[in-house]
Amino acid sequence: MTTLPQSTEKKLGLVIDLDTCVGCHACVISCKEWNTSNYGAPLSDMDAYGAEPVGTFLNRVHTFEVKQENKPAQVTHFPKSCLHCEDAPCVTVCPTGASYKRVEDGIVLVNESDCIGCGLCAWSCPYGAREMDAAEGVMKKCTLCVDRIYNENIPEEDRVPSCVRTCPAGARHFGDFADPESNVSILTAAREGFDLMPEQGTKPVNKYLPPRPKTDVEQIDILGPLLARQPEETGGFLGWLDRTLEKL
Amino acid sequence: MSKHHQPQLNTSPHISDEIRHTTCYMCACRCGINVHLRDGKVAYIEGNKDHPVNQGVLCAKGSAGIMQHYAPSRLKAPMKRVGERGEGKFEEISWDEAYEIAAGWLKPIREKSPEKLAFFTGRDQSQSFTSWWAQAFGTPNYAAHGGFCSVNMAAGGIYTMGGAFWEFGAPDWEHTKLFMIFGVAEDHDSNPIKIGLGKLKKRGAKVIGVNPIRSGYNAIADEWVGITPGTDGLFILSMIHELLKSGNVDLDYLIRYTNMPFLVNQDKNSDEHGLILRDAGGKQLVWDRVKDAPAAWDAKGVKPAMKGSYEVDGVPCTPAFMLLADKYLADEYKPEAVADRCGIPADRIKSIAAELAKVAFGEQIVLDRPWTDFRGEKHEQMIGRPVSFHAMRGISAHSNGFQTARALHTLQIMLGSVEVPGGFRFKPSYPKPVSAHPKPHHDVTPGKPLNGPHLGYPRGPEDLAIDADGKAKRIDKAFTWENPLSAHGLMHMVISNAHAGDPYKIDTLFMYMANMSWNSSMNTSGVMDMLTDKDENGDYVIPHIIYSDAYSSEMVAFSDLIFPDTTYLERHDCISLLDRPICEPDAIADSIRWPVVEPDRDVRGFQTALVQLGAKLGLPGFVNEDGTDKFEDYADYIVSHERRPGVGPLAGFRGKDGKGMGRGEPNPNQIQAYIDNGGFWIDHIPEEASYFKPWNMDYQNYAVERGLYDAVQPYVFDVYQETIQKFRLAAEGKGDIQPPEHLREQVHASMDPLPTWWEPFEQAQVDNNEYPHHALTQRPMAMYHSWGSQNAWLRQIHGHNPMYVPTDIWEANNFEDGDWAKITSYHGSITAPVALMEALNSNTIWTWNAIGKRKGAWALQDNASETTKGFLLNHLIHELLPSKGDGQRWANSDPVTGQAAWFDLRVKIEKTETPSNLQSQPNIASQESPVSLGPKNVEYGKEWK
Repeated sequence: MTTLPQSTEKKLGLVIDLDTCVGCHACVISCKEWNTSNYGAPLSDMDAYGAEPVGTFLNRVHTFEVKQENKPAQVTHFPKSCLHCEDAPCVTVCPTGASYKRVEDGIVLVNESDCIGCGLCAWSCPYGAREMDAAEGVMKKCTLCVDRIYNENIPEEDRVPSCVRTCPAGARHFGDFADPESNVSILTAAREGFDLMPEQGTKPVNKYLPPRPKTDVEQIDILGPLLARQPEETGGFLGWLDRTLEKL
Repeated sequence: MSKHHQPQLNTSPHISDEIRHTTCYMCACRCGINVHLRDGKVAYIEGNKDHPVNQGVLCAKGSAGIMQHYAPSRLKAPMKRVGERGEGKFEEISWDEAYEIAAGWLKPIREKSPEKLAFFTGRDQSQSFTSWWAQAFGTPNYAAHGGFCSVNMAAGGIYTMGGAFWEFGAPDWEHTKLFMIFGVAEDHDSNPIKIGLGKLKKRGAKVIGVNPIRSGYNAIADEWVGITPGTDGLFILSMIHELLKSGNVDLDYLIRYTNMPFLVNQDKNSDEHGLILRDAGGKQLVWDRVKDAPAAWDAKGVKPAMKGSYEVDGVPCTPAFMLLADKYLADEYKPEAVADRCGIPADRIKSIAAELAKVAFGEQIVLDRPWTDFRGEKHEQMIGRPVSFHAMRGISAHSNGFQTARALHTLQIMLGSVEVPGGFRFKPSYPKPVSAHPKPHHDVTPGKPLNGPHLGYPRGPEDLAIDADGKAKRIDKAFTWENPLSAHGLMHMVISNAHAGDPYKIDTLFMYMANMSWNSSMNTSGVMDMLTDKDENGDYVIPHIIYSDAYSSEMVAFSDLIFPDTTYLERHDCISLLDRPICEPDAIADSIRWPVVEPDRDVRGFQTALVQLGAKLGLPGFVNEDGTDKFEDYADYIVSHERRPGVGPLAGFRGKDGKGMGRGEPNPNQIQAYIDNGGFWIDHIPEEASYFKPWNMDYQNYAVERGLYDAVQPYVFDVYQETIQKFRLAAEGKGDIQPPEHLREQVHASMDPLPTWWEPFEQAQVDNNEYPHHALTQRPMAMYHSWGSQNAWLRQIHGHNPMYVPTDIWEANNFEDGDWAKITSYHGSITAPVALMEALNSNTIWTWNAIGKRKGAWALQDNASETTKGFLLNHLIHELLPSKGDGQRWANSDPVTGQAAWFDLRVKIEKTETPSNLQSQPNIASQESPVSLGPKNVEYGKEWK
């Protein structure tokens, strides 16, 4: 069992806009290519060219269909990675202290040299956001690119997680939720950002922005005013043509 | 309880030794990338923030470039076939021997009958070079893959307005308020559409997605129209009906910028019926409604009439707009008349038309940017209609796609939303009217170059590639009466025609980056049979096949001689203004690839191989007068070649001082200048030239200065298409060159000078009770054709492909999770796993494109999921329509352009027993792998730990 810090100075995390995510998996692969070469053990791919390739990914996109009555079914793309919870059960369950939450920014990390690969943390995570690396036998998870966001070897504007930098649609935002004036706090307030499964009581830091209501319906009455025909008594289409030409 | 313990962490670790800027090639989008190198290996690839295409972002494919570059499927050296075709048995040879074999086949052909070489390049990004090579060789048989890709979009747009979607233009992402997409999946282009959608979403602008399948972009659209495949044109024309009926068209725009006021000959007996009247100087005529007299269209102060019947020199005529209004105001285009066929309720069609009108006319935007038009009129402001559109294969891959593309452009133009703020904008070198494009060239002289560029835009029947007897001059029958405006050629017909010896037999088939024995062909099994078929002497019917690929694709196994290409990180390339440029509406730009890592195999970039083979064959342009090689390699060509004096493959850093933009003599240091500039060159268009480009003199002059044009060329949009009418007149029996009898009716119906719609051919011909459903494919965002499957990371996202089935069909067949089905078309059957998808047109099934693989290809293991559960829909689609019993071969293509109509497919589906080995059918026998298989497991980056 491992303790969490009483509080953290910052609460770094992501806002993911489900109204904008097109499900392209750019974040998934950018995460993979950064993290396989950087923090901790590589993200391995077992049976990479065979029947059942299974690799370690710190971020995955799931796709859901939702069907409401009188509306056509909707498709939502749902990227998911560690939510860096304030009350992270993956930390408190860790028998060796390998899982920890950083005091300065709230990032949840695994100290791989202390990780014994018992898998308790993955079991305790209600979001399924941790993956055991099959080659190295250590637990892998989103680091919020802790080796990018403070890295003085890369340009300041690029000091954001790899997934955020690459997202083509701009659906991912990175910032400090402890600061009410931050980009992520403002966005979350403006668009009614929500917690994933709040009933789990883990107080996730990452937020999701809901899809905006769709305007499509299966049976429409009148969605908006339809176009009025040019009245026959004023000559219909040809009458309109004459009147419009006169004005040109 | 372990206490909170934070280890020391180095948050500024070493990332890379060097960053090299080049251009991605994980798809055709051509984004700028920063390649991080560590110990000489690729450590990380990210988007280049300064690059005009992707502005720093990068898709899944681009980020997976490491796995592409180091893929075990990379070919290692030139090879010659030692087994039978299709087996995959090869022997590695030297480049000298490879060139010797190729020259041994090609030299005699060139001396005697150059047309016996069919040279077709697939996803080639160097067409201005490969076509130049083919021209020098002298064969008329050259094209790239546009014929099965999206020639309907390109030709429909260029014939209508001198530009089209994708490379030709883009929505005004900054200003548009309503964006409507038709048939767009992960088609072109990739990142710019995502960036643009992100901008719209940020502003809360509305997106309407028209697509039978609600995935990807359509999933985030605010409104989804799950249209019946092949009916987009009908839907669009019905909206035009609504706009006309209510007086919601931009009349001022139509008068100023289109040929809608032009007078059209109405004398049915005339040989010029339906053509536009001209004065003695050749200028098109309008009727001046103030002077009540004919006048040249661009005469000073002319006030053209838009309706009425007139007589000019005894010829009855009417403004083209009247013909358009008469056609689309007819009851057949009423929403109620089209609703059932389109699968869209009439009120829905009306409400969308109303919304387009409301935003275009009710929410017009004004930029305080003065500009001057080609008539010399000064405008204080730029007035914009903020509705924009984009469309791709969902409309183009049908047998009615050309006219559907034209219908969509006509809708844009009726709304006055092309080249205005908030609308659709051209990317240079567009706008570029048909008159600025070459005509097709096809005159062959043994031992000499062809008489001009192969591909172009015919201006009338006299430009067809047929001989005096009407026989096709090209092996793919492009530019014939079967498909007169086939501006991109018909790559999908080459193997079928060559095998049939129709119109003639060939000797050598030479291809590049085209997986024709697999996912790039319709009728995949049939094509494999054609490639391996032998004549009565035991010789292959297609005698020689040369193929260039970087990877062990399915097509490699069917080839006799292999030129191994490099990966995209090992090569020189130019993304040229002469070709398919990467410009933006506000800038002209081009870019390069360069070897950011050196090849570790005996491989050469295909273009370098062509340079060297061209020299060996002594092709004009490839050798100096003394017979020595003109270019050392492709990089040398890129820098030294001039297409016109001062204009070469790369526009930037020209001239001895490297300061020339667009024009200037060759600069030997040009490639280094590109490298130093981040791999690209960009020049921003002046603000006053940024909109109204076809008519804006500031833009026209700028385009001449930069070498895009040699003289200003303002023009008006050809909503009424006179060139097309010329073909129709021929079908009516007018003129010297006429279609054969069996094609008269088809030519007459399809060559309508106003956009029109017809039922997709396959649907019209097969029994729709027998084959009640539509079947489609979509390209996944994380894959690009076959390339993704060899990529250890991407294949974990799309390792196999279910057939997605909508609720109605699912329930009717009592399907359950894990079920399999037999899917049958008039041509063939496949067996594949099914999955339920509710967000789908209720009569359409679909699957991902190009996931299924042949066993033995791509260095995958024989039990790879792509080869077992994975499957291709291609087996169901034939390149020909069912026989009509008239002895003719009717192509399954658009009758205007020849575009392969693979989205016309009709099928039936029935539940089948789940195979115990979970093997899809057909299960093609394994090919031997010419490369060794990859490692069992991958731990990329371990060496840097």
